[in-house]
Amino acid sequence: MTTVQRKKTSPIAHLTPEDIEQIGIELDAIRDEVMASRGDKDAAYIRRVIAWQRGLELGSRGVLLFSLFPPAWLIGTAGLSVAKILENMEVGHNILHGQWDWMRDPKIHSSKWEWDHVTPADQWKHSHNELHHTYTNVIGKDNDLGYGIMRVDEDQKWHPMHLGQPFYNMVNALFFEYGIAAYDLELGRNLQTKERRRDPKFRAALKGVRKKIGKQVLKDYIVFPALSGPFFLHTIAANFTANIVRNLWSHSVIMCGHFPNGVETFEKTSIEGETRGEWYLRQMLGSANISGSKAMHIMTGNLSHQIEHHLFPDMPSNRYRQIAPKIQDLFQRYGLPYTSGPLPKQVASAWFKVFRLALPNRGEAAIRRPVEKKAPAPATRWRRTPASAATPTD
Amino acid sequence: MAVIRNLRTGAWRVVELITTPVVPADYLDVIAPLRNAQVLRAKVEAVRPETANSATLVLRPGRGWVRHEPGQYVRVGVDVNGVRLWRSYSITSSPDRADGRITITVNAVAGGAVSTELVRHAKRGMILHLDPPTGEFLLHDPRPAKVLFITAGSGITPVMGMLRSALHELADVVVVHSARTREDAVFGPELRALAADGRIRLIERHTRSSVSGRLKPAEIAELVPDLFERQAWACGPNEMLDDLETHWSDGDAAHLLRTERFRPTLISGGGGGTVTFTESGATVETDGSEPLLDSGEAAGVLMPSGCRMGICFSCVLPLREGAVRDLRDGQLTIAEPGDRILVQTCISAAAGPCTIEG
Repeated sequence: MTTVQRKKTSPIAHLTPEDIEQIGIELDAIRDEVMASRGDKDAAYIRRVIAWQRGLELGSRGVLLFSLFPPAWLIGTAGLSVAKILENMEVGHNILHGQWDWMRDPKIHSSKWEWDHVTPADQWKHSHNELHHTYTNVIGKDNDLGYGIMRVDEDQKWHPMHLGQPFYNMVNALFFEYGIAAYDLELGRNLQTKERRRDPKFRAALKGVRKKIGKQVLKDYIVFPALSGPFFLHTIAANFTANIVRNLWSHSVIMCGHFPNGVETFEKTSIEGETRGEWYLRQMLGSANISGSKAMHIMTGNLSHQIEHHLFPDMPSNRYRQIAPKIQDLFQRYGLPYTSGPLPKQVASAWFKVFRLALPNRGEAAIRRPVEKKAPAPATRWRRTPASAATPTD
Repeated sequence: MAVIRNLRTGAWRVVELITTPVVPADYLDVIAPLRNAQVLRAKVEAVRPETANSATLVLRPGRGWVRHEPGQYVRVGVDVNGVRLWRSYSITSSPDRADGRITITVNAVAGGAVSTELVRHAKRGMILHLDPPTGEFLLHDPRPAKVLFITAGSGITPVMGMLRSALHELADVVVVHSARTREDAVFGPELRALAADGRIRLIERHTRSSVSGRLKPAEIAELVPDLFERQAWACGPNEMLDDLETHWSDGDAAHLLRTERFRPTLISGGGGGTVTFTESGATVETDGSEPLLDSGEAAGVLMPSGCRMGICFSCVLPLREGAVRDLRDGQLTIAEPGDRILVQTCISAAAGPCTIEG
């Protein structure tokens, strides 16, 4: 892809500024309706998922105490993998987004939650909630585009280092949680100079990650294996497998969110003075869904509704499915592409891009439009346009 | 013993390693919610209707509960339509109850989410959240010789707590109580029985059948001539307490009167209000159109911030008192005294005077 601003024909050229603000007004109305109707059923849903996840984890780890026996190893490892996936995705990711803060239950609150991940919740909330979700797909601002190690957009500058990116991506997929931790720590940047390495803020963050790694290693590779006594090594293998399965799965799901074909990227200057409508539009074009069953949605933490999630990051995840038809209708009415596809197709599309962009661009630069420069201006993303202001008066 | 204790803490550490990143209590809470001393809860053991609009809840507090003083109240947290809301209720039982239970009596207020939930839907077995008992509306030691209680409506509840705990230590008690009707008087039968036994002197006023409304200070002075010889406790609507305080201070007897009042949260109709930041000590006048984050920063408060558009939850700070309005959809968030409700400062504006911990 090429940024919307440099494309030969822009996918948003047919929209007037009034259209864009009208999109914002319609999306706000959808949001308000759902947010005002949150209640008992939603609260029961997240508590049920948490209870199931904990039960499954406990049960699977119980079975793995007998990991010497192949059926026990298989069942236990499969159960633990699913439990770990649920814990990170439908439970952890969504709670850390503040989707359940409205319940005012300190046990299920973004400010208190900690997850089974080597990156501490607060560091992840900064890089993900704040940077990625505010600056989604803005080249040079949203480092989720390639995580700083890959080139996933034609407008990212090519470097010979990128020749190795299919390999980096595979390694990142296998050890994804460590990749995320390194990314949240901005290791690449912070290890560069002595000054940055010694920055107390960086050192504190590093300590936080070390502590979390220590706890996970102790739990998965020492305490539980020790509890299974003579089957120590079998349990280590099972837990290692579950962590790898979780990494591969979450990496695949997350790649599907912003890398597949059809997803748009944006120039840094394009977000100067960005309005609420413009921000919404960027989220609509910058995300892709995964189609599938209800089980699929839950296993992806409802990131299969990446578009809906990016429009309303703090909406309870169980509601994305409910609003998806309305969102799809909105896309259609405004002539915008609602990118969605089954998991294998989207994963393949994302991987294809990783391979293709390992090589420099070929001749496309010639047909690119020059980018219109916008003067620096403060963004007003929180401010809604009054419904009357956006409706054309003539 | 020390060895056993060390073994126990050691074993507990191992359990903590097993349950990381959550704590063992998160698992145990599912089975035994009352054993957790860190998170105070109570189980509803019985619900007894008092009047058409009120009910008494018998609660079994969990570990971590501390003995209350008669006249104190407890903050109770209830999940109402998925949201945990906290309200204060006076404890109406004696701290000396042999079974360790406490009772609260709740009056269903029109439009009151928590009181309606408790009166209409509380059931045996339900788990409520508690804060430790608190409050300065207390009987002092040594007990005074002559006592006067002036109450109206549900203002009788802390006084009932005192009567049930300490009436045997009080020689001369007058209770002046106003309620809408005879039937609406919470604890009416119990008070009348005490009066019939000669243990208290009860003066009741039923406002619906009376032209003059609640008993006024002048009327009370007529009915209780030795008014200023008595230590007095009053609890009820604010206008009543204001009148009483004026009367007592006019009679140079302000030191004899103690009041317990409920301060309703002031909500402005979109006009903003004064925001007080407790940590930095700053106060800002706001007009209700700017986010608290901007108001705070303009006043030099070091505010946490992030996306500045209401999605990242990096800017949340506890609202301690008052009301704020979500600038996107106009939703109000109201903090009762004792609350610490985390609000997103980047999209919330003051909706009346409010206090932010920041």
